[in-house]
Amino acid sequence: MQLLFESLFNGVAIGSVLLVAALGLAIVFGLMGVINLAHGELIMLGAYTTYVVQLIFKLPVFQPIYDTYVLVAIPLAFITSGVVGILLERTVIRRLYGNPLETLLATWGVSLILQQFVRSVPLAQAAGAVLALVVGFSLPLLLPKALLQGSRARWMRAGSWGVSALVGVVFANGLASQVSRIARATSRNVDVTAPKWMRGGLEFADLTFPVPRLVIIMITVVAVVGVTWFLNRSVWGMRIRAVTQNREMSDCLGIPTDTVDVLTFGIGSGLAGVAGVAVSLLGSVGPNVGTSYIVGCFMVVVLGGVGNLLGTVLASFAIGLLTDLIGAGRLLSIWPGMPAPLEGVVKFFATTSMAQVMVFALIVVFLQFRPAGLFPQKGRMVEA
Amino acid sequence: MSQPLSKRILISLAAASLGLTVTACGGGDQASNVEYDDTVKVGILHSLTGTMAISETTLAETEKMAIAEINAAGGVEVDGKKYKIEYIVEDGASDWPTFAEKSKKLIDQDQVPVVFGGWTSASRKAMLPVYESKDAFLYYPIQYEGQECSNNIFYTGATPNQQSEPATKFMYEKSPAAGKPFFLVGSDYVFPRTSNTITKEQLKSLGGEVVGEDYLPLGNTEVAPIIAKIKKALPDGGVIINTLNGDQNVAFFKQIQDAGITPDNGYYVMSYSIAEEEISTIGSEFLEGHYGAWNYMMSIDTPASKKFAADFKAKYGADRQVADPQESAYNMVYLWKKAVEKANSFDDDKVREALVGIEFDAPQGPVKVMPNHHLSQTVRIGQITADGQFEILESTDGPVAPQAWNQFEPSSKGFACDWTDAAKGEKYKL
Repeated sequence: MQLLFESLFNGVAIGSVLLVAALGLAIVFGLMGVINLAHGELIMLGAYTTYVVQLIFKLPVFQPIYDTYVLVAIPLAFITSGVVGILLERTVIRRLYGNPLETLLATWGVSLILQQFVRSVPLAQAAGAVLALVVGFSLPLLLPKALLQGSRARWMRAGSWGVSALVGVVFANGLASQVSRIARATSRNVDVTAPKWMRGGLEFADLTFPVPRLVIIMITVVAVVGVTWFLNRSVWGMRIRAVTQNREMSDCLGIPTDTVDVLTFGIGSGLAGVAGVAVSLLGSVGPNVGTSYIVGCFMVVVLGGVGNLLGTVLASFAIGLLTDLIGAGRLLSIWPGMPAPLEGVVKFFATTSMAQVMVFALIVVFLQFRPAGLFPQKGRMVEA
Repeated sequence: MSQPLSKRILISLAAASLGLTVTACGGGDQASNVEYDDTVKVGILHSLTGTMAISETTLAETEKMAIAEINAAGGVEVDGKKYKIEYIVEDGASDWPTFAEKSKKLIDQDQVPVVFGGWTSASRKAMLPVYESKDAFLYYPIQYEGQECSNNIFYTGATPNQQSEPATKFMYEKSPAAGKPFFLVGSDYVFPRTSNTITKEQLKSLGGEVVGEDYLPLGNTEVAPIIAKIKKALPDGGVIINTLNGDQNVAFFKQIQDAGITPDNGYYVMSYSIAEEEISTIGSEFLEGHYGAWNYMMSIDTPASKKFAADFKAKYGADRQVADPQESAYNMVYLWKKAVEKANSFDDDKVREALVGIEFDAPQGPVKVMPNHHLSQTVRIGQITADGQFEILESTDGPVAPQAWNQFEPSSKGFACDWTDAAKGEKYKL
């Protein structure tokens, strides 16, 4: 019984990290068909946001509420990655819809640029740039429509970007003067230390449940429920699904497909940011943090069936459970009197690196029989 | 359409400026007013970009500091002429073939008499054939797994018998977990696997027990299965030998603490890749009470050690640290200088011959170059304190002689290396 619980918890814990990382990609790749290789770097930006928020909360002003910084970091990471994602969509991906190969190459380039960006630009400046982007994107929405039409429109837009650039520069310099650790660029990995209440483990029936893992599971559950609700119940969610299923028809019926694209991509990227908060609780934060998750993300989405959220959820938990079952050598405890040759094989695969080999091999075999994943898309979209 | 065009130009300009790579070339500090008769150029080859840049740039910095010190003290003296040392810095870019390529460039094009470089074993293995075929000389500063002894490489880092063997013995006999079983964890590449093979053989001869080992693929930070295994294999605490690499340590130490694998519960981790720099990255709150083994530790309380740390801080910033790999890099520049002066020539063969037997008062204490092109040096075991330093618990009485071929590993047992005797060479039977 204890074995079952421990194995189940570990499997869910590993799976939820995969799931939260892949959720954004399930939307971007699954619904929009965009192969976004910069997804890992959007996760990285979320992780760096957590780090910056942590440092800001160490300032005397915020000291009393320091323990809540992770909760504050979640929406901020969503916004940071979401805004960078929108910028990426507007400048690069929009021009490449329908060309999956070009999108793949372009987003790979973007991922390299983003990696080098966090190495060579001080984080304070980067935070300023993100703030400038947020203000720049949202300012036109706040201004009265009349100002943005006619001959003055160009000047108004330029002016609003000027204002936002100014806000960004002021913020960056203020931040750099207050928090010296992000005033200089560094390629060194940094560390997010969870607040006291999120460290250690909960003891329950002879088992220890690490608190950060529980927090990650919570974040994942909330994110999945939120995304499901949004796609199925909200107006914009239904528009997104409509555009996914038939773009031309949606266009004819008056759905602003351009806005839907931006929104979808922004939400997918924002979810990558949330994943960044989660992974920063487990390891260190560095320019390469995204590259270690991107393969797993694509694996989960493809295994689950492209365009199917439920498939993504099941696939990540299946991979999590398998990894734990094989990698931690659980099979040996489940079946103690295993015949010798079989036991040898199981023992051989009972290391973390060999378990990974085994899981990949099983996925390859599975996809041979079900090339479209666990839940293949049916209907009109398949031909489109 | 003018707007998109100007945008495109801007973007390409930005991309071009990001893509610029820089090859630096410098001549140390100009502050001193020593008169030189000539200059000599040496090569510095470390990763200044990519994954390894974090670690390797500190080596390049320390080597430049040593060169500046030597220059300020009058440079290198050969044939009565004073030579100022200048350096050519090349970037290995964390890419092993690049290390080989840049080595060729330094040897053929720049004709440097010596190259100081490398960190990972993979980079050294990539460079080795270049130096052997061109009969040039590489000085390599990092503690490594041994099982190699080239006539064209000079190794100033620790061999396993100067780091892991004394550490294992300490953990088995004197640590709070003495006599308890061992669990071995490492990244999946050559150093951890070789090092753990040696540890297993050593424990067999000591009478200790290894209850499990596991390797994490490079780049993977999911340690949950390893933690499950440790808890199952060591229910009542024990020793964990850790040879994880870089960032994986952060994930490992964060997660084992949350899972209750702590010194308070009887689990003690001995790490071979965690020095002062890594402690400050991971955070001492995760490492306090665990152990490390090195030749040099910043907390060594001697004037030489303090001066080394103070000089480095003065040059590169008060918040910087010095650690074992840097000390090793610092030593090798001085050892080269002494060998050149003893040989009275920059000629490779003469310097190589002169090198063996050279002694140097290093920050860690006296070191001596042995016939197998390794250094005899002191070994220290330290426990990590809350302020991120090592509290030195044990150090060997004087320097330990290096064994290039390990005496616990069955395939190399009974072999040694001696380049001073033409009949013996790389690997001969004792």
